[in-house]
Amino acid sequence: MAQDFRLPDGGRIDRSKPVSFRFDGKSYQGFKGDSLASALLANGVHLVGRSFKYHRPRGIFSAGVEEPNALVQLGRGARSEPNIRATQAELFEGLEARSQNRWPSLEYDIGEVNSLASRLIPAGFYYKTFMWPAALWERYEYVIRRAAGLGKAPEGRDPDRYDKTHAHCDVLVVGAGPAGLAAALAAARAGARVVLADEQAEPGGALLGLAEEIDGKPALDWVAAALAELEKNDDVRVLTRTTVSSFYDHGYLALFERVTDHLAQPPEALPRHRLWKLRAKQVVLAAGAIERPLVFTGNDRPGVMLAGACRTYVKRYGVRPGKRAVVFTNNDSGYGAALDLQAAGVTIAGIVDLRPDPEGPCSEAAEAARLPVLPAQTIVGTEGRNRISAVKIARLNDAGDAVLGEAERLDCDLLAVAGGWNPTVHLFSQAKGSLKWDPELACYVPDEPRQAVLCAGACNGAFGLQSCLKQGTEAGAKAAAEAGFKAKGGRRKQPKAGDQGPLPARWLWKLPPAKKPGDKGLADRPAGQGGKAFVDLQNDVTAADLALALREGYRSIEHVKRYTTTGMGTDQGKTSNVNAIGLVADHFGVPLPAVGVTTFRPPYTPVSFGAYAGRDLDDLLDPVRKTPIHAWHEQAGAAFEDVGQWRRPWYYPRGGEDLHAAVNREVLACRESIGILDASTLGKIDIQGPDAAEFLNRIYTNAWSKLEVGRCRYGLMLGEDGMVMDDGVTSRLGETHFLMTTTTGNAAPVLAHLEEWLQTEWPELKVHLTSVTEQFATLSLSGPNARRLLSEFTELDLSPNAFPHMTLAETEVGGIPARIFRVSFTGEAGYEINVPASRGLALWQAVMAAGAKYNITPFGTEAMHVLRAEKGYIIVGQETDGSVNPHDLGMDWIVSKKKDFIGKRSLTRADMDKPDRKQLVGLLTEDIDAVLPEGAQLVEHLRDKPPMTMIGHVSSSYHSPNIGRSIALALVKGGRARIGHTIHAPLEGKTLACKVTEPIFFDPTGERLRG
Amino acid sequence: MLLIVCPWCGPRDESEFSYGGEAHIARPKNPEKLSDEKWGDYVFMRANTKGVLLERWVHSHGCGRWFNVARDTVSYRILAVYRMGEKPPKLDKTTYV
Repeated sequence: MAQDFRLPDGGRIDRSKPVSFRFDGKSYQGFKGDSLASALLANGVHLVGRSFKYHRPRGIFSAGVEEPNALVQLGRGARSEPNIRATQAELFEGLEARSQNRWPSLEYDIGEVNSLASRLIPAGFYYKTFMWPAALWERYEYVIRRAAGLGKAPEGRDPDRYDKTHAHCDVLVVGAGPAGLAAALAAARAGARVVLADEQAEPGGALLGLAEEIDGKPALDWVAAALAELEKNDDVRVLTRTTVSSFYDHGYLALFERVTDHLAQPPEALPRHRLWKLRAKQVVLAAGAIERPLVFTGNDRPGVMLAGACRTYVKRYGVRPGKRAVVFTNNDSGYGAALDLQAAGVTIAGIVDLRPDPEGPCSEAAEAARLPVLPAQTIVGTEGRNRISAVKIARLNDAGDAVLGEAERLDCDLLAVAGGWNPTVHLFSQAKGSLKWDPELACYVPDEPRQAVLCAGACNGAFGLQSCLKQGTEAGAKAAAEAGFKAKGGRRKQPKAGDQGPLPARWLWKLPPAKKPGDKGLADRPAGQGGKAFVDLQNDVTAADLALALREGYRSIEHVKRYTTTGMGTDQGKTSNVNAIGLVADHFGVPLPAVGVTTFRPPYTPVSFGAYAGRDLDDLLDPVRKTPIHAWHEQAGAAFEDVGQWRRPWYYPRGGEDLHAAVNREVLACRESIGILDASTLGKIDIQGPDAAEFLNRIYTNAWSKLEVGRCRYGLMLGEDGMVMDDGVTSRLGETHFLMTTTTGNAAPVLAHLEEWLQTEWPELKVHLTSVTEQFATLSLSGPNARRLLSEFTELDLSPNAFPHMTLAETEVGGIPARIFRVSFTGEAGYEINVPASRGLALWQAVMAAGAKYNITPFGTEAMHVLRAEKGYIIVGQETDGSVNPHDLGMDWIVSKKKDFIGKRSLTRADMDKPDRKQLVGLLTEDIDAVLPEGAQLVEHLRDKPPMTMIGHVSSSYHSPNIGRSIALALVKGGRARIGHTIHAPLEGKTLACKVTEPIFFDPTGERLRG
Repeated sequence: MLLIVCPWCGPRDESEFSYGGEAHIARPKNPEKLSDEKWGDYVFMRANTKGVLLERWVHSHGCGRWFNVARDTVSYRILAVYRMGEKPPKLDKTTYV
């Protein structure tokens, strides 16, 4: 019969809406409102996975986000998702889940032999075993990745849509349990804009799983009334299924909302997940607490469950998690579970209590109900293959470090474990608040906040319901007041409720194992010997593993964590961390706070990559900048390359040409007749003001005051460290007006550099800077026929005497207002024509049509690189890398000796002129057809194998059709002194010998340039 | 994500700004007269303060203006924002060991 373990009534499930789902191929039924875990338990399924390292059978351990065991693979194909906590997956019709980390089946798993061989895979196993030999790592890795790991990656591109949104509020309340709801009510009543976020499907928090009362009525009535009030308020936003995952600086938080994961058929219009980027003036943390297990031998069998989770399954889901239960506790809260289980018809076989004299309201109620209480007892072992069938209990000595007498057996199919509570201090700690150890409650609680944060309820160490409500109300009112909203009206009546916490308790981190035959008196064998006592269920870390790490010399808790992997994985040690710290403290005999805590880092629980990506995918990932002439390049079939965000024509293949053939043709055409380049991407900065020339004097290495209006000059820009930062031609348009050009990729950094100096160091200079890169289209004409063609478009006298190299004119070109600059980056006579961006395409088309008779050839960035390399012109960022100064480039000619400029003083440091600095040279390979790879290392003395002393590297390398051989530029230690010598480039499988030359290969006297 | 109050535009997300390092490091008047060591101090050496640091920011994706910020490098609290050329306000400078 289906749902054998479903209670006849009760719970937050909708029994009129049955839901079918599949787990490991088998069909089951649950109800709307179930989690996958509660629905499995309703069908008597506890075994849901195999553990990470030992492949031990594992069951559902919790009812919340802390779940370390019940991780399943959800969905199929591209929508398949691994490591989903069954406790958090809401059931919907047709849900399909599979267990992970098992083969061939969950019940019979071959990897389980790992458990037998566990002595061979101790803590730090990976570090110890797979370090050597490194060459075999790839093989090890293959085996390890198959054996370990949890779940499988999806099989295709994610078909779902994700979204991001920004929001602001006065008060963010994290957690909609009693404290959070009380805080939200108080803040909202004061008039604050409130966001209340909760990770669960419905608000209520722990109240959903407890039989508490408020004002004499069921607590959930109070929850419903609170929600109704909040929902009526337009200044309140209640977000369910929304985890506040990250707390960053200045009240900036990330909220992860699962919008449609709970729906069988999500509406098209909705994104699957949504990431909220929220700025809150004040934050109230009411995040609750997470129950802690106890560390004892055999504590990982399916059927072992946190006591609070048992209550949640009974009360919230109407599920009996077993038929015959043992409760194992060290504090009073375990008794509440015993009472709830008994009320649900579960036989209580015994309450095993570490305390010698159990007392407190819950234990008194249990005794009144005649539940079998076994004080001063501990569990020393468990039995059962794929489900617990019995526990072994023994009497504990007064010190709590050894057992007295032989163990007795107690049959059960459920073991509820209550080891105390850990306040959920994660977000408080992420916000850099400090924690303090509460010795009475044995937990870390918030201490000093570093941001506008208030804590209320269980996450603040207040476990009683009345205290939660009181702290919540106070925190909400205070947060609103801090945000500028004073409470209005009279005092309201505070809701009344019980106020029981977990105390009194007997806190023991390390529970002793069973006596072995032959043990004399007080046995104190290390915990975990004679059976595994797990600290971290998800990572299979035992108490013995921790002890081993400490014996091996690990001291810092951060190191112990990384070496043993305790507290890592998808659950980040939510149930294990404090136990691990307690065991370490016991080992060293120090108080627990002396050990410290590992760092809490965002996110609190896993967040999908989709949520972080949102819609920033594909074309929306990064803007693409296109020139006004881009459409023409596309029509011409250009191949493009990305230069920063710009998309530039790389080459224009014709009739099946490859890169090499196309570039050769473009380069030759440029030297033989005329080539045209779209240079619109060059950075253009308009510089105006009476101090513009003085400003350039300080920025560039060369002098600018005497540059005549209508003339252009090449400039080199250094950082204050003396290294080359950028270069380009700057032209004087008027007495107080210059136009600077920068390299394409450096336009924004150069403008920022200029602004920084102008605003922070020389505010007295009257200069204005404006980026005009996108306001102009730039056509660059190069080659012997450039003048002839251009003269068809302008009345300007272009003859070399009237308009020589490095001059400019403001005129008209083809009837379009234009600036013509006679400059060249190819070594040919060249003209750069700037026209308004909107006219660029028209002029380009007109020039192409008129140039047909000269076989005008459009060329791309690759041909431009070859042409400039033939001339030895550097490219900043290719021949320079932030460690190259003007001396290194042989550009002393452009460095003024008279005036000061940025970087000048650094150039005079002794290190900047050392003869063995890397200097720019040319390289000619002995084999004229061999093209050196850019980046190749160069050596002087060849050896048969590395290591060899490297003396430099190749920075640019091409085949040059004009010279009919390969050419290269390189930076070589003491390179100028090596001119004429031969050095070597050892490459994969071959070595290329090359002669060091001057870094210029074509027209060294520059006749063509000036012609 | 810091919330920085630009003196010209008001409170904006950190992602609109760029960082400019320690403030009030004036360029020496006569670089040629400085020893290599002194010059190196100016170019490369910064205080690495643990506590209140006077630093420069620029609203690079906003008004483009440079300004000064007094920020505690431990708590990240911003104590003051003031314009270029202004003197830093008197502050109670938290010290950390």
